[in-house]
Amino acid sequence: MAAIIELDSISKHYGPVVGVNHVDLAVEDGEFLTLLGPSGCGKSTLLRMIGGFEVPTAGTIRIAGADVTAAPPQQRDVNMMFQDYALFPHMTVGKNITYGLERKGIKGTAARDKAEAALELVGLSGMFERHPHQLSGGQRQRVALARAVVREPKVILLDEPLSALDAKLREQMQVELKHMHEKLGITFLMVTHDQTEALVMSDRVVVMEAGEIAQDGTPEDLYERPATPYVANFIGTTNFLSARVVARGAGLVTLEAGNQKLKATDVMPLGGQAIGQIGIRPEKMQILKDTECRPANVLPGTVVETIYQGLALRTVVRISSGEEVLVDEMLRQGMLHSDHPRAGDPVALGVEPHNILLFGAER
Amino acid sequence: MADIALTRSKPRKPPLSIPKGAADGAFITYASLLLAFLYMPVAILIIFSFNDSRVLAWPLSGFTLDWYRTLFANADLLEAVGNSFYVATLSTALALCIGIPAAMALHRFAFPGKALFRRLLLLPIALPGIVTGISMLNFFNLMGFNLNLHTVVLGHATALLAVVVIQVFARLQRLPRSLEEASSDLGANALATFWYVTLPNIKTAIVGSGLLVFVLSFDEIPVTFFLTGRDNTLPMYIYSTMRRGVTPEINAVGTLLILFSVVLILLAAFLTRAPGRKR
Repeated sequence: MAAIIELDSISKHYGPVVGVNHVDLAVEDGEFLTLLGPSGCGKSTLLRMIGGFEVPTAGTIRIAGADVTAAPPQQRDVNMMFQDYALFPHMTVGKNITYGLERKGIKGTAARDKAEAALELVGLSGMFERHPHQLSGGQRQRVALARAVVREPKVILLDEPLSALDAKLREQMQVELKHMHEKLGITFLMVTHDQTEALVMSDRVVVMEAGEIAQDGTPEDLYERPATPYVANFIGTTNFLSARVVARGAGLVTLEAGNQKLKATDVMPLGGQAIGQIGIRPEKMQILKDTECRPANVLPGTVVETIYQGLALRTVVRISSGEEVLVDEMLRQGMLHSDHPRAGDPVALGVEPHNILLFGAER
Repeated sequence: MADIALTRSKPRKPPLSIPKGAADGAFITYASLLLAFLYMPVAILIIFSFNDSRVLAWPLSGFTLDWYRTLFANADLLEAVGNSFYVATLSTALALCIGIPAAMALHRFAFPGKALFRRLLLLPIALPGIVTGISMLNFFNLMGFNLNLHTVVLGHATALLAVVVIQVFARLQRLPRSLEEASSDLGANALATFWYVTLPNIKTAIVGSGLLVFVLSFDEIPVTFFLTGRDNTLPMYIYSTMRRGVTPEINAVGTLLILFSVVLILLAAFLTRAPGRKR
């Protein structure tokens, strides 16, 4: 696979503040890559440096093999979809889209035909003569996409593309953008703080933490095998328990968490640190009923409260060590038909060894 | 935080017990009186410009266009009008040519001494015209310039530069930075971005401030008084003839100027209209 964008030890400092710290990243041609992280983690700065709106303090940026580190945006074969869409308010939708073509020397009917085709692609044919202020938020977003796509760039940069939309529309646009990516075959590089967005849309996700890459992998990798507690905490929800190794062997590690012995599939934590804590996803534990066969690990505890979420029921359980853990269960039969334990009831939680995540000591 | 605290601690107004109709009536009366106070003198000026008596007193004695005829036969007055247009046009052009780039520099770049630069740009509008006039007169004398309409233009443009800078800068601040970024992202160089994206979005501020500078320059007296040589502008001419009392001829000039202002306002509205877009 060929890398379309290569970042070579990119850093960005704002005075004494380090925004991005020695990031190396290769974006493969045709993939949908997402930079994920909380605000201030450097993801947007990284995207803006690739777009040419900020100049890195150190390092090299190559697009399609050519060094563009110091090149202005107009000399880069990438197009950005801005968070606020940045549609030109004084131009019609059509003029907004042909703007980028005219700068390339494509004018008149040729430009118009391409713009019409781009509008059709995003499902807005017939909107050519409208003005941006006459469109809904979702339509503006599509126009912004059409404006970026029509120039046939090597990469489309998406800066928090869905953050201005309401929840329902956002969900719909996630799938739509993903389909658009598959249809066009252009590389998409997106920035978001929304983990669901990242998991749903991307081929590959790069989680960033304080200007550095925390983990780089497929959505499954990040969710099922988070490398650090930071990633486990940022993507999905995780119960963390402090633990220490008692014995190792035969692919299983025996741990002691509180006064409880637990068996976990043996994987070395990233960086080869000694195991200091474990993580268990709430939906990967179950509340055992008497009739069920016992899994390898059983944690006794007491229900603190139950939280009804419609789709699922979240139960807060205080285990024998005194730590509280969350357990999520799908309500397949609905709440009304469930004989679920109530606050104060004693319960036993079951968890399989391969569902226990092992981490180093620090959190 | 401070804002939230303020709005929270604000006591609620007690409900007004005055009936809504009476309140509306009082408000409309008040507004009408205010507008009458503003526009009555203008109306009187226009009416007397068509009155066929030299004396400005009621009752009106009859309709005439004589004052307009004498006006167009008065070479001094016509020359003063011509001079005023000349000065106002050049002052406006000069203030715009310096003011727009200055506003853009203030908006776009961080440079040492920026705060000082901004204050210096905005200072002349706060200075009394007399101070600007005297200091420029001294300066031109020192430099050995001859006083003429061009020195007046320099004086006006200096004093009124701030009008352009303030308005254009305020508009630039409201323009999202992402628009210019999107333009360069779509392949436009700096010049194309300015021409196709920035300029259309600050156009109304430019036209608006340009009109204001034009009008302010047109009826400016203090700076003009010090900086003009033998040439008279219209306000100076009117001021000098006023010693002999207001003549109906002056009323006629005033009426024509009002007509011109209306044309100017319509022109501005036409120039700044954005198709399908309300501002």
